[in-house]
Order: sequence, then structure tokens, then C-alpha cells
Amino acid sequence: MTEFIVKRLLQALLVLAVMTVLVFFGVNVIGNPVYIFASSECDQPCLDAIIKDLGLDRPIWEQYWVFIGNLLQGDLGNSFTHGVPAMSLIWQRLPATLELAFCALVIALTVGLPLGVAAGLRPTHWTSRVIMGFSMIAFSVPIFWIGLIMIIVFSVSLGWMPAVGRGDTVDILGVDLSLFTLDGLHHLAMPAFTLSLIMMAMVIRLTRAGMREVLFSDYIKFARANGIRERRILTLHVMRNILIPIVTVLGMEFGGVIAFAVVVESIFSWPGVGKMLIDAIAVLDRPLIVAYLIFVVIMFVTLNLITDIIYSLLDPRVRLGGNSS
Amino acid sequence: MSGTVAHTAPAPGVWREFFRSPAAIVALATFSGFCLVALFAPWIAPQNPYDLAQVDIMDSLLPPGSESWTGAPYHLGTDGQGRDMLSAMIYGIRISLLVGLVSGVIALAVGTVVGLVAAYRGGWVDTILMRIVDLQLSFPTILVALILLVILGRGVDKIIFALVVVQWAYFARTVRGVALVESVREYVDAAKGLRLGHLRILFGHILPNCLPTMLVVATMQMAAAISLEATLSFLGLGLPPTRPSLGLLIANGFDYLQSGRYWISVLPGLVLLAIIVSANVLGDRMRDTLNPHL
Repeated sequence: MTEFIVKRLLQALLVLAVMTVLVFFGVNVIGNPVYIFASSECDQPCLDAIIKDLGLDRPIWEQYWVFIGNLLQGDLGNSFTHGVPAMSLIWQRLPATLELAFCALVIALTVGLPLGVAAGLRPTHWTSRVIMGFSMIAFSVPIFWIGLIMIIVFSVSLGWMPAVGRGDTVDILGVDLSLFTLDGLHHLAMPAFTLSLIMMAMVIRLTRAGMREVLFSDYIKFARANGIRERRILTLHVMRNILIPIVTVLGMEFGGVIAFAVVVESIFSWPGVGKMLIDAIAVLDRPLIVAYLIFVVIMFVTLNLITDIIYSLLDPRVRLGGNSS
Repeated sequence: MSGTVAHTAPAPGVWREFFRSPAAIVALATFSGFCLVALFAPWIAPQNPYDLAQVDIMDSLLPPGSESWTGAPYHLGTDGQGRDMLSAMIYGIRISLLVGLVSGVIALAVGTVVGLVAAYRGGWVDTILMRIVDLQLSFPTILVALILLVILGRGVDKIIFALVVVQWAYFARTVRGVALVESVREYVDAAKGLRLGHLRILFGHILPNCLPTMLVVATMQMAAAISLEATLSFLGLGLPPTRPSLGLLIANGFDYLQSGRYWISVLPGLVLLAIIVSANVLGDRMRDTLNPHL
């Protein structure tokens, strides 16, 4: 077990190192940040001073080491537009995004699991066809389009839902959350549902596929032969086995959800990190862009690591070196 | 892989089976229709929406069915700059399909070569290539594309590059899977016995037998690529405003949504929806008839 974790940890560190190189060189080699600072009457000595001030006169490798050194101390530079450390902006905006992603996850599971079970139990019934059709559409249609239609229907036409922003927040353990106010939930509903659709589609498919596989396995036949009630078989024997792939995929997809949150936050003007990224790109706020990208990569690699470890705990075959491919 | 169908060129029966589903026929008709529209865009569109001489700001934000002040009809209304929505959408379909197709073909080519080589050579080559594929696939496509486009900036070539980067690994893994099964079959042994060259066996013998599977994956991936391009363009990260795809048209209309001018966003969105859903239905149906156990 320890060997497995250490191996995965080293792998994760390697990926992180590669990604920091990619992001750093990508953002810093292409484009010139000097012109963002320089005014129009800035002459050559003035430009040189800015270059020196930003540390751009030093070799790129040295710049990278400085960047890594600062990164390890949690310092990703100051935002050009806000004038405060980029990391503090991310921490400030993160609760809104996490709240959105968490609610999306809960919606996806509470709606997706029962639908998947229903589709798996009676695969030829017309309800199953409707469920699978819904899953295909939710999976393939771009979510920004779904968000847009929801705004047109529920905000513009019916006027039931607010189309933009986050509602009232309450301070819970130093974090502002809108989950616990009525106004907050009102604002949260549409973006969270929009964001949940892709995961929901995935949960439905995985649950259905798992049901089809597990229902015909020997241990279910034996459980039935033993006279165990159908309900107990479903909740205990079947569920436990189909939850393994679902946990893995959801764990891995959670990073994707954070990425898709960029889209949803832009549509609904949700004040999270994704909206911040799009705003930063619009004004070329490089430190903020780099900070966001590095942050997302770190979070994503960590999530993958945790998922792998949980997976190996749930299913011992994984850490015994069985390669699925 | 037990299917007898998948290992030969599609027999006539496959087509008959394919057309047994009404949904597949509708999807095929829809998708081919859009392809034709894209192909003949300059001849179909009532105006060239990017020729400033033909666009009149006086006609901006007209609802569907209105007329320009010179009397020309705008069947689907106009956008904020006074462009005819019908024409803008026809050109948008062209760009969306072009980006999806070109990126799909390049990614398919790269992925096929990688997958074939990995399956045929095996050993450490296979291990290294598949590790890279696994790593690539462990990142969500939208995240990778987002990072790449933030770094690269906007442009048709850039979005195609980003789409190739996020897609090739799918093809590589699929092709490797099929090629692994194929490469232990008798006909490959026979070809080896005849001392044919490696390249000839790979591309002349194994590749044709992987084609049905590749076709299915390519169709699905193209739909995903078009959807991803639309999403990125909507965020202002994909195509430049000079080459508006459907996603960019939807983004343009987003600003007018709150004031009830729905047509600028909704109409291109419906077209996008039709393209993506029809491509997915086609892919689904092909998978069912060709049965490549995906």
C-alpha cells in the first residue's frame, strides 16, 4: 500500500513539474508584459527599468527558479489590475466556485443515481429510452447553451429566477457561503443545475452500465437464490459494486467541473475563480492568469491522487498492479 | 472482439441495418444538409455578412421576418451590427464544421499512427506511448484547451491546434485497442510469413481492419470538437471576431438576451444543437451496426 502511494505521489509531482514549466514558459515566452506597465511616452531607459524591475533581464531559467521559489512559498506575484497578491484573490473567490461545484455534484448524484438504476433495471422500457436520451443530450450539448436557454426561460420570460450574480451570503467559519440563505439558494439553483448536467449524464450512464453488469453476476444470483429481498440486494450488493467506477470518475471529473465552472460562471456572472480568469484574460492580467492555471493544475493533480488512493482502498486489485488497459 | 462484421469492409447488409433506424436517417439527412450548406455558403447566403459594404448599421437588431430599409427581407432578423442572421449563421456553420473536421482529421492521423505503432511494436514503446496517452486523458479536455488558448491567443490555426492536442489521445487509445486484437490474427501471421515489410503490414493490413471503429470514434469526436470550439469561442478564447463560428454568434447575442432580443443567440444555438445531436446519433447508430464493442 505504502509503495503504491509513494509511486503515485512521485508521478503526481512529476506531472506538476511538467505543468509548471509549460504554464510558465507558455505565458512568459509568448507576449511581452512590459507594455502593460509602460505608458505611451515611455522611452528606452524607462522600458529597461521596467524590464529590470520585473526581472525580465535575467535568463529565462533563472526566472523560472525565482518563480518556483516564490510558488513554494505560496506567492504567485501581484495582480496587475487589482494590485494585490494573485493568490489572495483566488482564495477570496474560491468559496463561490467550490460551493457551485459541490452543489452541482450533489444534484448530479441525487438525480443521476436513481435514473441510472431505473434505466439499468428495465433497459427496454420506454422510460429507460427517455432517460438515456436525456443523458446523451446532457452529455453532448454545450452547457453554455443550456445555461442560456435557462436564462431565457426562467429569468427573461417567466421572471422566476435571477439571471446574474450570487445572492446573500452568511459567514460560516470565516467563509462566505450563500448555501444557507434563501436568496443565496435562489441565485445558486440555475448555475448549479447547469453545471451538474455533464456529471449527471455520466452518473446515469455509469450506473446503468454497472447495473447491467452486476445484475447478471453470480453473487447476485446467489443472493436471490438465498431469498434476500430485492431491495436489500439493490442497496447493499449492487450499489456497493457499481459505486467504485462512479467514485473514480466523479473524482476525476471534479477537476473538469472546476474547468466547466469557468463557462457557467461567465454565463451567470457568478463571482468565482472562473469568472475571474475570463476577466483577467480580457485585460491581460498575466500574474492572475498564471496563478489561476497553476492553482487549477495543483488542485487537479491532487484530486487525481486522492481518487487513485481511494480507488485502491475500495478495490485492492488496482494496487496489485492490474493494469486495466 | 467477436464481431464478424467489423473485420471486413462494410457489407451491403450493414447499410441496410443502418437505415433501419428512422432516427439515424433523420440524423444523416440533417448532418449532410449542414455539410452542403457549409460547402456552398457563398452561393446560398443572401449577403456576405463580413463584407462591410453589404451590412447596414441602420438595420441592426431587427427581429426575424422584418425588412431592411431598402426593402430586402431578413428572414431570421439581424444582429447588433445589422448583419443578416441567416447569412451569418450559414457562414458560422461553415467555420464550425471546418474547425471540427480539420482538427478531427489531424487528430485521427496522429492518434492512428501512435496507436498502431504502440500496438504493433509493444514493449517499452507501447508503455511510454500509452503513459503519455493516459496522462493526457487524465486531464479534462476543456481544461487543457483552456490553458493552451490562454497561452496561444485567438485564431483558427490555434483552436485547431488545441483541439488536436485534446483529441489525439482518444484516437490513439482506441486504435491501439483494436490493433492489438487485430495484430494477433492469422492474416497478420500470414503477412509476416510472406516477409512483408512492417509498414505494409501496419498500414496495408491492420489499418483497414481498424477503420470501422475509427469511423465511429471520429464521428463522436467531431461532435465533441464542435461543441468544445463553440464553448471556447463563447468564452472569447477560440476564434477571432473576424471569423465568427456558431459559438461566437451565440456569444454576440448573449449581450442582447436580457432585453428580449432572443433570436441573435437562440437561432445559431439551435443550429449548433442540431449539428451536435445529429453527429452523435450518427455515431451511436454506426457503433450499433458496426458493433466495434466501444
